[in-house]
Amino acid sequence: MNRIDNTFKRLKAENKKAFIPYIMAGDPDLEKTKEHIMTLEECGADIIELGVPFSDPLADGPTIQRAAERALKAGVTLKKIIPFVKRIRSHTQAPIVLMTYYNSVFKYGEASFIKDAVDAGIDGAIIPDLPPEEAESFIELSRAADFSTVFLVAPTSTKERIKKVVDACSGFLYYVSITGITGARLSLDERFKRHISLVKKSADMPVAVGFGVSTPEDAGMITRLADGVIVGSAIVKKFYEHPAGAKEFIRKLREAIR
Amino acid sequence: MPDKKGYFGQYGGRFVPETLIPALQELEAAYEGAKKDKSFQEELKHLQATYIGRPTPLYFAKRLTKHLGGAKIYLKREDLAHTGAHKINNALGQALLAKKMGKKRLIAETGAGQHGVATATGAALVGLECEIYMGSEDTKRQALNVFRMKLLGADVNEVNIGSRTLKDAINEALRDWTTNVRTTHYVMGTVFGPHPFPMLVRDFQSVIGREAKKQVIKTEGRLPDYLIACVGGGSNAMGLFYEFLDDDVKMIGVEAGGKGIESGEHAARFAGGSIGVFQGCKSYLLQDEDGNVLGTHSVSAGLDYASIGPEHPYLRDAKRIHYTYATDTEALEAFELLSKTEGIIPALESAHAVAEAVKLASKLSKNKIIVINLSGRGDKDVQHVARIKDITV
Repeated sequence: MNRIDNTFKRLKAENKKAFIPYIMAGDPDLEKTKEHIMTLEECGADIIELGVPFSDPLADGPTIQRAAERALKAGVTLKKIIPFVKRIRSHTQAPIVLMTYYNSVFKYGEASFIKDAVDAGIDGAIIPDLPPEEAESFIELSRAADFSTVFLVAPTSTKERIKKVVDACSGFLYYVSITGITGARLSLDERFKRHISLVKKSADMPVAVGFGVSTPEDAGMITRLADGVIVGSAIVKKFYEHPAGAKEFIRKLREAIR
Repeated sequence: MPDKKGYFGQYGGRFVPETLIPALQELEAAYEGAKKDKSFQEELKHLQATYIGRPTPLYFAKRLTKHLGGAKIYLKREDLAHTGAHKINNALGQALLAKKMGKKRLIAETGAGQHGVATATGAALVGLECEIYMGSEDTKRQALNVFRMKLLGADVNEVNIGSRTLKDAINEALRDWTTNVRTTHYVMGTVFGPHPFPMLVRDFQSVIGREAKKQVIKTEGRLPDYLIACVGGGSNAMGLFYEFLDDDVKMIGVEAGGKGIESGEHAARFAGGSIGVFQGCKSYLLQDEDGNVLGTHSVSAGLDYASIGPEHPYLRDAKRIHYTYATDTEALEAFELLSKTEGIIPALESAHAVAEAVKLASKLSKNKIIVINLSGRGDKDVQHVARIKDITV
C-alpha cells in the first residue's frame, strides 16, 4: 500500500478530511520550493500536489500560468523536479503527487517517467489533459508500479463518464468543482451538491474537491461534502505576493478542513 | 476518415480536460446528425452559393505562367469568398451547427484575424453572440481585422500571456470554453485540436477541392499535376487536397520558413519539430527537449503556429503529401510578384504557396498544370508589408 492510500486510511480512522495544497515546483526556484513543502507539511498538509511548469497550461487560470512562467524562467522542468523530490525525501514523507500536462510526460516517455518517479518517491500523477480514453498504457504501467493515477471528474461529467473516470482512477478522485479553470470563483449551488453526491455514490475511493477553493470559508463548506480539499491558486498567490502571511493562511485552511 | 477515437494513424485523439469531453461528444453526435440532415445540408449549400459566393473561380494566371516560363498555373480564388478567405467555409458551417445544437454563443481564436472575422460574420448571420481571442502581437499586426470583427458585433479579447500569438489565443479560447461550455460553441478555425474538429473542419473546407476538380476538368479536360497550398494549421490545404487524395496528383504543403530553419525563427513543424501533444491532439510540434512549446516566427500571422493538423503528418508518413517551406523573404517576393503580374494581392499566408509555385513552375514543362490554393486576399497585409519595407502609408 502506498503513501496516498495509507494517508486516506489513517484519516478515515481518525474521522478527518484531507488537506491537499498545490504549489508550482520551481516558483521561483527549487530551493524555495523545498522550503514551501516543509512549511506545508508543518502546517498539516496530508498530501502535496506539486505542479510541473508547462508553457501552455490550458486548464489553469492566470495565477498558476504566471507561476509556471516564473518556474520555466528559472529553468525548472520535469527532468529536474524528479531528482529534486528524491533529494527532499530524506526530509519529508508526505505523499507527493505531480500535476503535469501530458506533453511533458509524453516527451519524457511514459515508462521512464513512472519508473523514475516511483524511484524518486513520487506517489502519483494528475494529468489534466489526459482523459481515461487516452491513458490506457499510462494506467497499465502505473498499476504495475503502484503509482497512483488521479483522474478528474467535472460538473459536466455524465453518469457513464463518472464510471469511466472512477475505473481509471487510483489513490483518490479529483472532483473539479466548477466548469472553468484553476483559481476561478467557486459557486456551491444545488446543481453542484446534487452532482457531487452522485459522484461520491459512484466512487469506491476518496473524493477530493479542487478548482476555485480560495478561502478557509470555501474550504470549510467543501469539507462537509468531500473526503479532501485541494487548494492551489490561493496558496501559490500567497507564497508569491505575501510570503510572510503564508503560514498563517495555510494554518487557517488546515483548520477549516475537518 | 479518422478512427473511432479520432486518430489518423498515430496522430490526433482527444487530449483535453474532462470538462470538455462531454461537449466534444455532443458535437460529434450533432455533426453526424447534420451530415445526414437534408435540410441542414440544403441550407449550407444555399448559403455557400448566395452568401459566400461559391463556387469561387479557378483562374488561369496567364501572365504569371508566362513570367515563370514553365507549367500552367491556376489559382483557386478563395480570396474572392465572402470576408476574403477560405475561413468562412468552416466558420459558417460551424455557426449553423452551433445554432442547431441550441448554443447561444460562439467563441474563436484567430491569428491573422481572418478566422475571427469569419466567425464574427457567421455569428451575425445566424444571430449568436460572439467573442474572439487574439494575441496582442497579432492585434498589432492586424489592426484592421480587429476593427472589422468589432463592426460585425463581436467582442475581441487581447491575449497578453505567453508568446501573445495564435497558440496563446487558442489556450484562452479553450479556457473560455471550459468555463462556458454549456452555452457556448468553440469554432476551431483549422483542422486541429481534439476530435472531431480536424475531421469536421476538413469536411467543411473540402468544398474547395470538389469545386477545383470539376473546374480544372472542365477547362483542361484532365486532372492537374500539382496542388500547392500553404500550411499553418492546415485547413486550406486539407480543403483543396482532400478530394484529390485518391487521384494521381502530386501535392505540396508549404510551411512558414520564417527567417530560415537554422535561425530557429520559423514555423516549419516538419523541418524543425517532433511528435508531441498540444492543444488537444497528437501531431508534429515545435518543442524543446522537455516538451515545452517553442516560440515561432513568420511574417504571416496565420502560419505562425507551433503545431499542425494531425491528418497532415499522417499523409506525410504515407508519402501522399510532400511538405516544404518558404521563407519570409520568398513569401514577400511572391506577394509582390503576384500583385504585379496578375493584379491580385494575395494574403501573406497564400503568398507562401505562390513562392513554392515560383520555384517549381520553371522546372516543369509547359504542358504541366499547377493549382495553387489562393486561400485569402492580401488587403489585411498591405499595412504590415509597408511597415516591413519602411514605407509610411
